[in-house]
Amino acid sequence: MVSAVPLEPATTTDARAIAETVTDPELPMLTLADLGVLRDVRTEDDGTVVVDITPTYSGCPAMGVMRADLLHALHRAGFPRVDVRTVLSPAWSTDWISEEGRRKLAAGGIAPPGRAPVRPAGPVPLQLGPTRRTATCPQCGSPDTEELSEFSATACKALRRCRSCREPFEHVKEI
Amino acid sequence: MYEALDHAHGGEGHWAFGTGFDEPLAGVDTTVPDGIDPADLGEYCLVLGDDALVLAQRLTQWITAAPELEEEVAIANVALDLLGQARLLLARAGSVGVLGRSRDRATESIPDEDALAYFRDLDEFRNSGLVEAPNGDFARTMVRLLVAATVRLAVFTRLRGSRDPVLAAIAAKGVNELAYHRDHAARWVLRLGDGTAESHRRAQAAADTVWPLLADVFTATDVERRLTEAGVAVDPADVREEVSSVLTQVLDQATLRVPAWPADTAPRGRVGEHGPELAELLGTLQGLARQHPAATW
Repeated sequence: MVSAVPLEPATTTDARAIAETVTDPELPMLTLADLGVLRDVRTEDDGTVVVDITPTYSGCPAMGVMRADLLHALHRAGFPRVDVRTVLSPAWSTDWISEEGRRKLAAGGIAPPGRAPVRPAGPVPLQLGPTRRTATCPQCGSPDTEELSEFSATACKALRRCRSCREPFEHVKEI
Repeated sequence: MYEALDHAHGGEGHWAFGTGFDEPLAGVDTTVPDGIDPADLGEYCLVLGDDALVLAQRLTQWITAAPELEEEVAIANVALDLLGQARLLLARAGSVGVLGRSRDRATESIPDEDALAYFRDLDEFRNSGLVEAPNGDFARTMVRLLVAATVRLAVFTRLRGSRDPVLAAIAAKGVNELAYHRDHAARWVLRLGDGTAESHRRAQAAADTVWPLLADVFTATDVERRLTEAGVAVDPADVREEVSSVLTQVLDQATLRVPAWPADTAPRGRVGEHGPELAELLGTLQGLARQHPAATW
């Protein structure tokens, strides 16, 4: 499956450009760069391309696919030696999603997250009331929306409904 | 997507996300800092990892049986987070060579995390009695999740400062997840306790059944004591007050009576003493891998 070999010697810039085109398997409108999962791309002395990625949730089952997609894209672009490494710190939060990523989510019908909750050093305060998330309807733009279910098709999304246009939509939860 | 997976797999034709595919600590620097005993560190990772693995397995027993679809999805997502934490922690244990007797049965191609999950025997599991007890009804499941998540969140909050950078990073990530696990369970306990006469009765019975399980949570093992001194672990006794205060707050608001706090016992689950319920759970968890050790799925 390793086929196209570029005419010019491949560089870190090329490798980065290729890695930045790889999309998220669950949110295909977003690249891994938009999502903030792609942390670094560099070339080692022996020519190995090293790609750092970070998991979103601890149990995110898409990590394996992301890794495979990155390897595949870079191999196809003529980089024979690729090492995709996991980076755990600092922990990913939805604040790592870029502005561009947020625009793409909304254009794709998914409400982007607000700011992630700040986690001070001490105990995490208990939240016994209903979740106080807000989201603007990605269909009609109305801010008058309600949460139907805190959990949706993937761990990272909640299910909401717009009270204006009555359409249901997904919302990437702040975490 | 399948094509890419097949490619990464060396074109073996199966895209399975099972054994042999994805190593959660791939590329992470797993060097153990000076002054930390690797065997102790690995044992401690089993303590934390097995709690998550067993609770995840308990929660997934609700799949297709939860009272409503939205709650089934919620439970599955909580279980998935815990399974992810378990994978990272078991991989950390494997990275320092703590594998118990699992390698007697697991072939070399099976990664450490899978060898530990599927090929250890009952007496090698280090989870507490709190997480291995059966689910009971929905109320008991939610009360147990509330208690287990509250304990784990309190421990993980402190572990963010662990001298083992891998453990600290796993904990920092886990805190965000455990906070919404706890709050989700707490809101259910509130609804059930302050709901109908029947839901109140069941929630109170659930609390009365779950509270005695706290006896096997707060006594440190020798490993935990040594690692706490080395700045790596958290002594579970240090989180007792915080846990008690959070649980009392939830039960008070849920109009439930706070059951008597049990006296601490010597560690049981943490040293491999388990009941028949865990044996049954592991039978389900490990059956396929043990019958077909080379299987991927």
